[in-house]
Amino acid sequence: MIEFSLLSIMTFLPLAGCLIILMIRGDEETVGKNAKYMALYTSLFTLAFAVYMVIRFEPLDDGFQFVEHSGWLKTFGINYHMGVDGISVLFVLLATFLTPICILSAWSSIKTRVKEFMIAFLVLESFMIGTFCALDTILFYTFFEGVLIPMFLIIGVWGGKRRVYASYKFFLYTLLGSVLMLVAILTLYAQVGSTDIPTLMANPVSPEIQKWLWIAFFASFAVKMPMWPVHTWLPDAHVEAPTAGSVILAGVLLKMGGYGFLRFSLPLFPDATAFFTDFVYWLSVIAIIYTSLVALVQTDMKKLIAYSSVAHMGYVTLGIFTATVVGVEGAVYQMLSHGLISGALFLCVGVVYDRLHTREIARYGGVVKNMPKYATVFMIFMLGSVGLPGTSGFVGEFLVLLAAFKVNTTIAFLAASGLVLGAAYMLVLYRKVVFGPTEHSDAASMQDLNPREFWLLAPLVVLVIYFGVFPSAITSITSPAIEKLVSNYNAHLAASAEAVDTPLQPLENEGH
Amino acid sequence: MDLNLVPLLPEIFLAISAMGLLLVGANFGNESTKVISWYAALAAFVAIMITLNVPSDEEAVLNGLFKLDLFASVMKIIILIGVIASISLSVRYLIQQGIARFEYPILILLSAVGMMVMVSANNMLSLYVGLELQSLALYVLAAFNRNSLKSSEAGIKYFILGALSSGFLLFGISLIYGFTGTIDFEVIQNTLMATETIGFGVTFGLVFILAGLAFKVSAVPFHMWTPDVYQGAPTCVTAFFAMVPKIAAMGLLMRLLFEPFGIMADQWGQIVYFLAVASMIVGAFAAIAQDNIKRLLAYSSIGNMGYVLIGIVAGNEVGASAVMLYLFIYMIMTAGVFAVVLCMRRNDHVLENISDLSGLSRHNPALAYGMAILMFSMAGIPPFAGFFGKLAIFNAAVEAELYVLAVVGVLTSVIGAYYYLRIIKVMFFDEPVDAYDSGFPLARKIVLTLSVLFIVGFIIKPGVVLNAMQAAASSLFVG
Repeated sequence: MIEFSLLSIMTFLPLAGCLIILMIRGDEETVGKNAKYMALYTSLFTLAFAVYMVIRFEPLDDGFQFVEHSGWLKTFGINYHMGVDGISVLFVLLATFLTPICILSAWSSIKTRVKEFMIAFLVLESFMIGTFCALDTILFYTFFEGVLIPMFLIIGVWGGKRRVYASYKFFLYTLLGSVLMLVAILTLYAQVGSTDIPTLMANPVSPEIQKWLWIAFFASFAVKMPMWPVHTWLPDAHVEAPTAGSVILAGVLLKMGGYGFLRFSLPLFPDATAFFTDFVYWLSVIAIIYTSLVALVQTDMKKLIAYSSVAHMGYVTLGIFTATVVGVEGAVYQMLSHGLISGALFLCVGVVYDRLHTREIARYGGVVKNMPKYATVFMIFMLGSVGLPGTSGFVGEFLVLLAAFKVNTTIAFLAASGLVLGAAYMLVLYRKVVFGPTEHSDAASMQDLNPREFWLLAPLVVLVIYFGVFPSAITSITSPAIEKLVSNYNAHLAASAEAVDTPLQPLENEGH
Repeated sequence: MDLNLVPLLPEIFLAISAMGLLLVGANFGNESTKVISWYAALAAFVAIMITLNVPSDEEAVLNGLFKLDLFASVMKIIILIGVIASISLSVRYLIQQGIARFEYPILILLSAVGMMVMVSANNMLSLYVGLELQSLALYVLAAFNRNSLKSSEAGIKYFILGALSSGFLLFGISLIYGFTGTIDFEVIQNTLMATETIGFGVTFGLVFILAGLAFKVSAVPFHMWTPDVYQGAPTCVTAFFAMVPKIAAMGLLMRLLFEPFGIMADQWGQIVYFLAVASMIVGAFAAIAQDNIKRLLAYSSIGNMGYVLIGIVAGNEVGASAVMLYLFIYMIMTAGVFAVVLCMRRNDHVLENISDLSGLSRHNPALAYGMAILMFSMAGIPPFAGFFGKLAIFNAAVEAELYVLAVVGVLTSVIGAYYYLRIIKVMFFDEPVDAYDSGFPLARKIVLTLSVLFIVGFIIKPGVVLNAMQAAASSLFVG
C-alpha cells in the first residue's frame, strides 16, 4: 500500500499537517509553540518518507519509479501522473531535507504570526515535492505556480524593510515567465493531444514549432533559475526574505528552473535545444562573470550570496546545455550541492543577523574571537561555495568545466575564470566578517552558536564534505537517468539530421 | 399549434412566485422584506429543482420561441445559484442601509425570469422580451437607494445607456428581419446556410446586435457604464450585477453566434476578437489606478469578460464549454469577494476604499484568508479554481490557433495579478487600522465559506463541473 502512493503521501502529508495546525486553538504563544512543533514533526515525517523512497529507489532502472496514475481532469484527458527518476529523486530529498532545517532556523527568529508562517512553509514544501514528482505538464504547472503563493506571503509578511517591493517583484517576474510556458503547454497539448510527459517525450513536435515552445519554456525556467539578464528579482527577494525563506529559495526554488530544463527543454525540444545552445552558453558565461563582479562590490552579505547564486546557476545552465553525460551530471551535482551550500550560507548569515540585526558586511569583523565554532562552520561552507576540492562544490563545477571544455574551449575558459572571481568575493566576505580588527564592540561580543544552531548546521557540514569526498553517492543514482536523457537527445538529433535529407513527412496530429 | 408549457415551468414558477410575493409585500409592507427575501431565495431554489427535472429537449416550443436544451438548463442553474447567493448577501445590508424595501427580492426574481428567457430564446422576439425584462428590473435595482445621489445617478446612467444599446439591438434585429425575412433562429440559420454569399445587410444587422449585447456584457468599448454603476449602486446590487446578468448575456451571445449566425463566424469572429483584446487590456490597465474596491472589481469584471470572449471567438465546443466553466467559476468567486466587501463597515459607515482593508488579517483572519484565496484564484494562480477557468479558455484559444489572443490573455492576466496582489498586500502587509463592526450575518459567512471551499476544492474533483459544462456545450452544436 505504501509502495503504491508513496509520492502522493509525501506531497500531501505537509498539507495534512497544515490542517492540524489550523485547528490549534489557544492564546498566541501556545498556538505558536504547538504550530512550530507540529510543523517540525510533519516535515521530519516527510523527510523519513523521502529517505525511505531513496533507499527503495532502484538506481539501475533509468525509467520512472513509484509511478502513480489516476484520472483527474478527465474531460481534457489530463491525468494525475506522478513518478520520479534518477534526476528528480534527489531533488525531492533535497526539498524534504531543507524544510525541517528552515523550520528550525525560524524557531526563535520568527516572532509574529508563527502559525501562519509554519502553514506557509508546509504548503511550500508540499508544492515543491509535487513539482519534482509531477509527470503531467498541467500537474507540474499547478505545483510550479502554486509555489509562488506561499513564497509571496513569506517574503511579504515576514520580510525586511522593502518586503512589499521584493515580494511583488518576485511574484510578477516569475508569473510572467510561467504564463508563457502555460501557452506552450497548451500548444503541445493541441499538437500531440496529451499533457503526459512520457508521452510527450515519445512524440516530439516539428523543429519549427519546437523553437517557439522552447522559447516559452525557457522564459519560465530562465526567470526561475535565474539566468542573466532576468535575475534581478533574486537579490531583492533574498535580501528581504526571512532567513528560512532565503534558504528555501536558494536551496530548492532555484533548482526548479534547472530541473525544468532537464525535464522539458532537452527531452521535448531536442532540435530547438541544439539550435539555441550557443545562446545559452553565452548567457551562462555572462552570468558567471558579470554577477561575480557584481558580488565583489556588495556591502550586504545576503546580496553577495544572492549574486553568487546567480553565478553558480550559470554553471548549471552551461552544464545542462552541453548535453553531454558529464555536463548534465555536473549540472545536477552542482544544483544539489548549491542547494546545500547556499542554504547553509544563508543560515550562517541568519545566525549573525539574529544577533546584530544587520547584514552590512562593514558592521562585522573580528567575529572569530568570540565565535570560533561559527567561524569554522562558515569557513567550510565558504570553501564549498568557492569550489575547493574535498567539498561538494568542487565536483559539480569540475564536471561542468570538463564537459564545456570539450564542446567549446572559449566558453570553458571564460567560465573557469569565474572560479577565480568566486574565490575572490567569498574570501573577501569571509575576511571582512570573520577576521580583521574588531571595530564594533557589539559585533565582537556576540555569542557563539547555540546548540540549536549548531545541530542545524552540522548535518549540512557533514553532507557538504561527504559529497565532496564520495561523489558516487549522488552519481550512482543520477547516472542511469542522465545517460538515458543524453542518449535519447543524441538519437533524436541524429534522426532529425537524417530527416533533412529525406523529404518531409506530414505532421501527424494524434488525438484529433 | 403546440402548447407544450413543460419546458417553461421554471420561468412560470418563478414569475408566479414573484407575483405572489409582491402581493404579500403589498399587504405587509416593508417589514416583510426579510421574509420575502428568504422566500424569494427559496423560490429560486425550487426553480433549480424544477430545471433539473424538466427534460431538456432540442425541439423548440411555442412555435419556436423558446428552447430548453441542455445548454439552457445548465445556464439557468448557474443563474439561479447566483440569484440565491446575491439575495442571501443582500438582506442584512439592505436593513443596515435602511433601504430594506420588499420590492428588492422581487425585482431580482423578475430579472432572473428575464435572464432565463434570454438563455432559452430561440427567436429575436423572445430574445428581446427576455433582455428587456431583466434590464428594466436592473435599472430599478441600480437606483434602489433612491435617497443617494450616486445610486440615482447610477440608475439613470445605466438606464440611458441601456436604452441606447437596446435601440442598437432592435435596429440590428430589424435589419436581420429585413434581409432574411424571419426572426426565428432556426429559419435564420437555414436561410443563411442556403444563401451563397451573405449580404451586406445581414452583416450590418449582426454588427448592431453585437454592439447591443457587448453593452450588456460590458465589453470594451461599450464598458463605460460599468465602473460608475458598480460604484454608485448599493453594494449588494453591485454584487448581483457582477455575478449574474453577464452570465445570461454571454449565454445569449453564445446561442446567437453559434446557432443562427454560426455560418458567419468569420464576420463576427473579427468583432468579438477585437472586443476580447480591448476588454482584457483595458480591464487590466485601468484597474491598476483604482482606489475604490467596487470600481476595481468593475474593471476586473471587464477584463474577465475579455477572457470569456476568447472562448466565444474560438467558436467551437471546446470554447463554449470553457466559457461556461469560466463564467461559473467567476460567479462563485465574485460571490465570495462581495461577501467580504459587504462586511467592510466601521461605525455603521460603509467602507469602499481598498485601503480600508488594511491589516484585515490581524482583526479578522478568516475573512482575510478567504479574500486572499479568492484573489489568488481571480489572478489565475493554481491550485485554485480560477486557474482552471483560465486554463480552459486558453486551451480553447490555442486549439483554435488563436495564439495572439492566448498570449495577450496570459500577459494581461499577469497585469491583473498585480492589482489582485495589491488587495492581498493591503490585508496582510499593511499596518492594521480599526476593526470592522462585528456581527457578520450568518448568510454572508455561509456564502463566503461555500465559495472558498469550492475554489479550493475544485482541483480535487474537477470532473463533476467539467462534464456538465462539456455536455451543455455540445448541445449548442447539435443542429
